[in-house]
Amino acid sequence: MLTIKNLQARVEDKEILRGIDLTVNPGEIHAIMGPNGSGKSTLAGVLSGRESYEVTGGEVLFEGKDLLELDPEERAREGIFLAFQYPVEIPGVNNTYFLKAALNAIRKHRGQEELDAMEFLKLVKEKMKILHMDQSLLNRPVNEGFSGGEKKRNEIFQMAVLAPKLAILDETDSGLDIDALRVVADGVNALRGPDRSVIVVTHYQRLLNYIVPDFVHVLSKGRIVRSGGKELALELEEKGYGWLEEVAAKEALPVTA
Amino acid sequence: MIDVMEKEKTSSYLADFAAFEESATARSLPSWIPPLRRAALSRFSEMGFPTRRDEEWRFTNVAPIERVPFQRAGAGRNALLSDRIAGFTFDGLQAATQLVFVNGHYAPELSTFQTLPQGVTVSSLAKALRDDAALVEPHLARVAGFEHQAFTALNTAFLSDGAFVHIGRGRIVEEPIHLLFVSTSTGGDEPTVSHPRTLIVADENSQTTIIESYAGWDGDVYFTNAVTEVVAAENTVVDHYKLLRESDTAFHIANMQIRLARTSSFSSHSLMLGGAIVRNDVGAHLGGEGIECTLNGLYMGTGDQLIDNHTTIDHAMPHCNSHEVYKGILDGKARGVFNGKIFVQLDAQKTDAKQTNKALLLSDDAQINTKPQLEIFADDVKCTHGATIGQLDENAIFYLRSRGIGAQEARSLLVYAFAGDIIDRIKIEPVRAQLQKSLFAQLAKGPGAEEAV
Ligand SMILES: Nc1ncnc2c1ncn2[C@@H]1O[C@H](COP(=O)(O)OP(=O)(O)OP(=O)(O)O)[C@@H](O)[C@H]1O
Ligand SMILES: [Mg+2]
Repeated sequence: MLTIKNLQARVEDKEILRGIDLTVNPGEIHAIMGPNGSGKSTLAGVLSGRESYEVTGGEVLFEGKDLLELDPEERAREGIFLAFQYPVEIPGVNNTYFLKAALNAIRKHRGQEELDAMEFLKLVKEKMKILHMDQSLLNRPVNEGFSGGEKKRNEIFQMAVLAPKLAILDETDSGLDIDALRVVADGVNALRGPDRSVIVVTHYQRLLNYIVPDFVHVLSKGRIVRSGGKELALELEEKGYGWLEEVAAKEALPVTA
Repeated sequence: MIDVMEKEKTSSYLADFAAFEESATARSLPSWIPPLRRAALSRFSEMGFPTRRDEEWRFTNVAPIERVPFQRAGAGRNALLSDRIAGFTFDGLQAATQLVFVNGHYAPELSTFQTLPQGVTVSSLAKALRDDAALVEPHLARVAGFEHQAFTALNTAFLSDGAFVHIGRGRIVEEPIHLLFVSTSTGGDEPTVSHPRTLIVADENSQTTIIESYAGWDGDVYFTNAVTEVVAAENTVVDHYKLLRESDTAFHIANMQIRLARTSSFSSHSLMLGGAIVRNDVGAHLGGEGIECTLNGLYMGTGDQLIDNHTTIDHAMPHCNSHEVYKGILDGKARGVFNGKIFVQLDAQKTDAKQTNKALLLSDDAQINTKPQLEIFADDVKCTHGATIGQLDENAIFYLRSRGIGAQEARSLLVYAFAGDIIDRIKIEPVRAQLQKSLFAQLAKGPGAEEAV
């Protein structure tokens, strides 16, 4: 589904991703962990097409297509969804209107008929139930005045409605209480299927109790320094990242020497 | 030296005046009109066109208007087919009373009348001057003075036609009344000028909604020099909408003056989309207690458009509220000007005046000059004003695009959101729908739109 080869990217003059290799097959869940500033959001941003990142090398294929050639909206229509670490408040744009426009743009791209207001509302109500979302959020401007938790839920709600093939969750669990965390996990698990994949960026293994990953990767200084199964997350929880960074530094030594 | 130049520029109007006075339309009016016109003409010739040395015209150079040899369009050139103006009417308002003017001349064959309550008059100003002079004379040219306004003086000098609306005591007109002024230079290919004049008089306890539209077809060169006077008596409710869809090569200078009496409630919505140079003055005099006055404005400029809004709210009496929100969307090399004056006179205690002015610049070359001007002589008042200039939030655009919404649509959504509070306050659905349509069409034309795709 997704193949990342030696991906390098920078912001302004700062090199952030220094050669990422990652393959995500259909149905798989990958967790990406790593210290602050290691490049997790940058990776998520590059995959979703944020223009402030400059890709300086490598390639990304999504279902065989060159992803880096596509505009952000084209990626979304192809089935990529990013749950933002910091969802953007958009005053004046109604949440429902926005989501309907998004869904219909995606459906149109897939050759499906656009949903009318009634059909859309029906779908939305279904999804809201799963996520225990307060319906009043629908009629408010996108994320405006939402609490941190409401914003995160809204991201998952959008994901549920748009039903992407590849969902990338950037720290959707940060700052959530256990109930909200379960809701997020329920949303993700409801989406799971043999042809859908998820990349979960998180600092905490806690989320991974609810969304059980097939693989865990550790990102440090722009590289994946360790990959493993779900037990790697437990190990990290216990030991922190320090030991891995030391290992990585040692491995990198011959190159710099 | 300068004086001589100024004279030359005004001279074509001065020369035309004699011919105008001889014309049938001009001659059929009551005897108090010619002296008024001559006084206005002489004031105009004294003042000449404003220059940028004039504080009120600092950012707006009217030299391009002076340079064009505009011709007064005679009556009879207005044989426009009704389907040509169909685009300027409102879906859903077909049944409403609609007066149509072509190049300033009333066009009865294009106008439609609904049955109006007794005591309500909607007619051409020329007809009102003949039939209802007693209703017109106390107000005409008394609300919008021409002593300090060259263009108003010029309008008054050439006063002959326009619209007259009178809502009698206690009358309530539910349906909006649409006054549609279309201009065109075709049919002679000469640039034309018109000086439409509108007088709206609302007697005690009456209520009405008026839409003034000014429209033309892109590529037509013409100059609309409009003056509107509104007199709202005690306890009236008057909602006024001005929708500007002038040709992209047209000049539009307008002055609307409003006189409000005790406990009246007045709102003005100036919605401006077209025109090469647009100057829109709105001035309200709050001359009684307990008045609610709202002046809202929304303008969108692209290409080389210049849109200049000047507003004045004059609080003369205590316990009045005024709210003012003007928003501008500027793309390409368009320029906007906003100057909002609020006077709170010595007697006007307990005034509550709020002014907000925002501009959204969609391109690096777009520009806005804004100046709030508060002059407060009373001490127990609440006056606030705020001005912001911003650009579209790139993070918001990315957020929308990351959900599958196209770049152009994302921009349109955000622009529409910027204008949303003003659009939401438009109470007439067909006007709101039309504005939205025109706004999106204008946005799609802008260079920003191409960049975004
Ligand atoms: N727009 C930017 N301009 C300058 N530096 C940036 C920008 N965006 C990210 N960076 C830098 O790039 C590095 C990686 O940032 P990134 O947000 O990808 O880290 P992260 O792994 O997501 O961290 P966190 O766990 O704190 O979210 C950091 O050092 C950050 O300061
Ligand atoms: Mg991050």
